[in-house]
Amino acid sequence: MPDDSRKLITIVTEAILEVELCEHLEKLGATGYTVTNARGSGHRGIRDAGWSSSSNVRIEVVCKEEVAQRIATSLRDNYYNDYAMIFFESDVRVLRPEKF
Amino acid sequence: MSVDPVILFFVLGLVAGLAKSDLRIPPAVYDLLSTLLLITIGLKGGVELAKSPLAGVLPQAAGVLAIGFILPLLIFPVLRAFARFPRADAASLAAHYGSVSVATFAVGVTFLAERNVAYDSQLPLFLVLLEVPAIIVGILLARGLRSGQSWGKLLHEILLGKSIVLLVGGLAIGWAAGPAGVQPLEPLFFDLFKGVLALFLLEMGLIAASQAQALRTKGLPLIVFGVLAPLPLAAIGACTGWLMGLSVGGTTLLAVLTGSASYIAAPAAIRIAVPEANPSLSLTASLGVTFPFNIFVGIPIYYSIATALHQWGG
Repeated sequence: MPDDSRKLITIVTEAILEVELCEHLEKLGATGYTVTNARGSGHRGIRDAGWSSSSNVRIEVVCKEEVAQRIATSLRDNYYNDYAMIFFESDVRVLRPEKF
Repeated sequence: MSVDPVILFFVLGLVAGLAKSDLRIPPAVYDLLSTLLLITIGLKGGVELAKSPLAGVLPQAAGVLAIGFILPLLIFPVLRAFARFPRADAASLAAHYGSVSVATFAVGVTFLAERNVAYDSQLPLFLVLLEVPAIIVGILLARGLRSGQSWGKLLHEILLGKSIVLLVGGLAIGWAAGPAGVQPLEPLFFDLFKGVLALFLLEMGLIAASQAQALRTKGLPLIVFGVLAPLPLAAIGACTGWLMGLSVGGTTLLAVLTGSASYIAAPAAIRIAVPEANPSLSLTASLGVTFPFNIFVGIPIYYSIATALHQWGG
């Protein structure tokens, strides 16, 4: 029985970072990602997606724990100071572990 | 003279936003509206450019391009010295105010149309030329010449941004097709221009209202800068236009361009290239203060300046 437990990481950040960040994630070892448009409010104020400068995206990646760790460290070092961004991870089980 | 209805749509958006109405223009519709505006301005310019020899325009184009590089260099030291803004924020504001606003230009065009004042065909080209240089200078002012991020990627972001592609594309298509070729497109792009602009300004009002919160917290310096900066900047544009021999309409529009502040191209590029600059600072000043100032007060003033220059100078 192969190990089917993986990490699901979720990043909510400024839409302007989408392209750059997705490239970055793949370089760090993510095999894929899912992006959805998002809106909400946090300590950087309401980001209501009314137009491009105030829209957010939610990027999700399912990956091995070490990749999740690498991504977390890299985001903290490169983006946390200057951009509206949150990151969290959770444990998930996947159907086809060879994909992730 | 009565207020132009397109400006009343801006007021409607502003009031609705401030009153927290649930009125929203879906982002996809906003994108379509701005696409239509940009293509229309480009097409119109292209068709007009096709009628006149291009060689005469080139020296003027070079002059306008130079203005684009100079404006941010004038704004930056003022912000550093008098308002004591941090380097990154001052550079960001310099990029926003050196660059131009297409919406302000569009309102300027309808202002002239209301008064049956013609403008020179090269103005849409000047719009394109003024959009980019200030952003590059702003980034250089913030980061110096050291290259933390690859310039290739940044230039791609700046030069292939949506507004540049649509404006240049519109210009090229209008130029290639000529008046007769563009005629079948007129119902969508030219006849609907004012309606599209009205809806676009409705959304702009909503966006400007959303800046009100930031204005309340960071207030005074931004309001002072947002109101005071456009006048001298527009005066530079007006004098340049007059010296280049533009008509009253063209001089007015060049003043509108230099007096306006970017809120689409500059914020996107600066956010990526100068992440330490506070984005709400420049956006609030440009959208929340300068844009409304220009469409209510600025444009009529720039028109008077242009008229006075032409009367005085003959």
